[in-house]
Amino acid sequence: MRWPSIIAVWRTLETTTSANRTRSIHATLPGCSSIGFCVIRRSLIVLAAAFVTAGTALADTIRVGVASNFLGPATDIASAFETATGHTVLLSAGSTGKLYGQIVAGAPYDVFLAADTARPKALIDKGFAVSGSQRTYAIGTLVLWSARGDVPVTLSRLRAGSYRHLAIAQPTLAPYGRAAIETLSALALTDRTADRLVFGESISQAMSFVATGNAELGFVAKAQVVALSGQAPGHYWQVPAELHRPIEQAGVIVRSDKPAAAEFFEYLRSPVAHDILTRYGYRSP
Amino acid sequence: MSGPDISALLLTGWLALVTTLVLLIVGTPLAWWLARTSSRWRPAIEAMVALPLVLPPTVLGFYLLLLFNPTAPIGAAWLWLSGDTLTFSFAGLVVASCMYSLPFMVQPLTSAFTALSRGPVEAAASLRATPLDTFFSVVVPLSKRGFLTAAVLTFAHTLGEFGVVLMVGGNLPERTRVVSIAIYEHVETLAYTEAHTLSLILLLTSFVVLTVVYASNRSQAVRVG
Repeated sequence: MRWPSIIAVWRTLETTTSANRTRSIHATLPGCSSIGFCVIRRSLIVLAAAFVTAGTALADTIRVGVASNFLGPATDIASAFETATGHTVLLSAGSTGKLYGQIVAGAPYDVFLAADTARPKALIDKGFAVSGSQRTYAIGTLVLWSARGDVPVTLSRLRAGSYRHLAIAQPTLAPYGRAAIETLSALALTDRTADRLVFGESISQAMSFVATGNAELGFVAKAQVVALSGQAPGHYWQVPAELHRPIEQAGVIVRSDKPAAAEFFEYLRSPVAHDILTRYGYRSP
Repeated sequence: MSGPDISALLLTGWLALVTTLVLLIVGTPLAWWLARTSSRWRPAIEAMVALPLVLPPTVLGFYLLLLFNPTAPIGAAWLWLSGDTLTFSFAGLVVASCMYSLPFMVQPLTSAFTALSRGPVEAAASLRATPLDTFFSVVVPLSKRGFLTAAVLTFAHTLGEFGVVLMVGGNLPERTRVVSIAIYEHVETLAYTEAHTLSLILLLTSFVVLTVVYASNRSQAVRVG
């Protein structure tokens, strides 16, 4: 239920009743024996009206399952979207694989923003998402990050091997992990780093291994480092885009019967969304 | 079943076995003390032992990440002693599992020790048996069932450990990638056949192990009754 719509109905009723007041309020709202009771009655009508409008396109509530690396920008984009349209967006963050499993099991998401292109495609192929709706909404940026403020992170530090553990996301689970493996291979560091790699089940866990000092270095999403900036010291080295295949993050519309879902999905390529994406270190497709 | 999955199974069994042995050594004196003491600290110690039953594994995992890291005193000391970090290592998993499975060892043992009548222990003492001799010759045989229950529950509980390992393990094949982690990964990558195989093995193992405990408890009860 949305407050703007409740207020709107209340105002409408107010205009009607004050217009009728000269004649008889009782005629408009039967059962009003006093002004106080009348207000209660009016409240009930407003509530009922709000319940009715809650399910329509006027002001809708949509649920969005979002890959955890994109939670920061998604929150900002959702709040801009809410201000612009009056809809409500409820975000649930999780790994792409987990959200995929939930949708197949009937989770009530209207939009799915994945961290890869495979899972959205699989949902469409299996009939769990609106066919033709798949679109890349952002391209991720990989950085090599250290939580310590006193040693700069450079490619030569990675090459020199002056660290015990290098955290990455599990490449089978997370596109950022796959990109990290590709980067190491492009730099001919695969063998040198093999016994130093530790795997987070998601890019967020790889980040937490580095943040807690258990791994000195880690390949993480630039968006996460940006979201942290100001809160923690640390340095990063941005991995040149040509060292790995692009980290394409695709989304799909899961339910076709909600116009607000399509509206939100379209809003992801608005100039406002583009600015937010860029600020978090993503590229627009 | 693939090589990595078989090694995950072996690693899990090995972790459960090592954890059970360590906890037998650590948990037995603790349980004995809890069963005999009239200290006013007893409720607090009992509560500490039971904490892993009620706390989410994320709490333990979070603290361990902070304690184990090489810049923290414990993590640094271990690194100096062993040359390896506690996070991302088998040793770290053993420490974590021992904390996590502690109540499963201590609680059954404490009940078994509490249920012992004082008679045989005092008789042994009056025959000039040393406390240690009394413990091994009298208490242990009389608490056989308690030891079996405690060991089997600890073993089974460690087999099923997931949250803490996920947080401090780093998913390293043959070091920290246990079955529950392997299953998680298979589910996430939609490899449901592999997930089914491992899940079924874990399910049947746990079922058999628990059945053994309940069956032995029952036969004991029947014999006594």
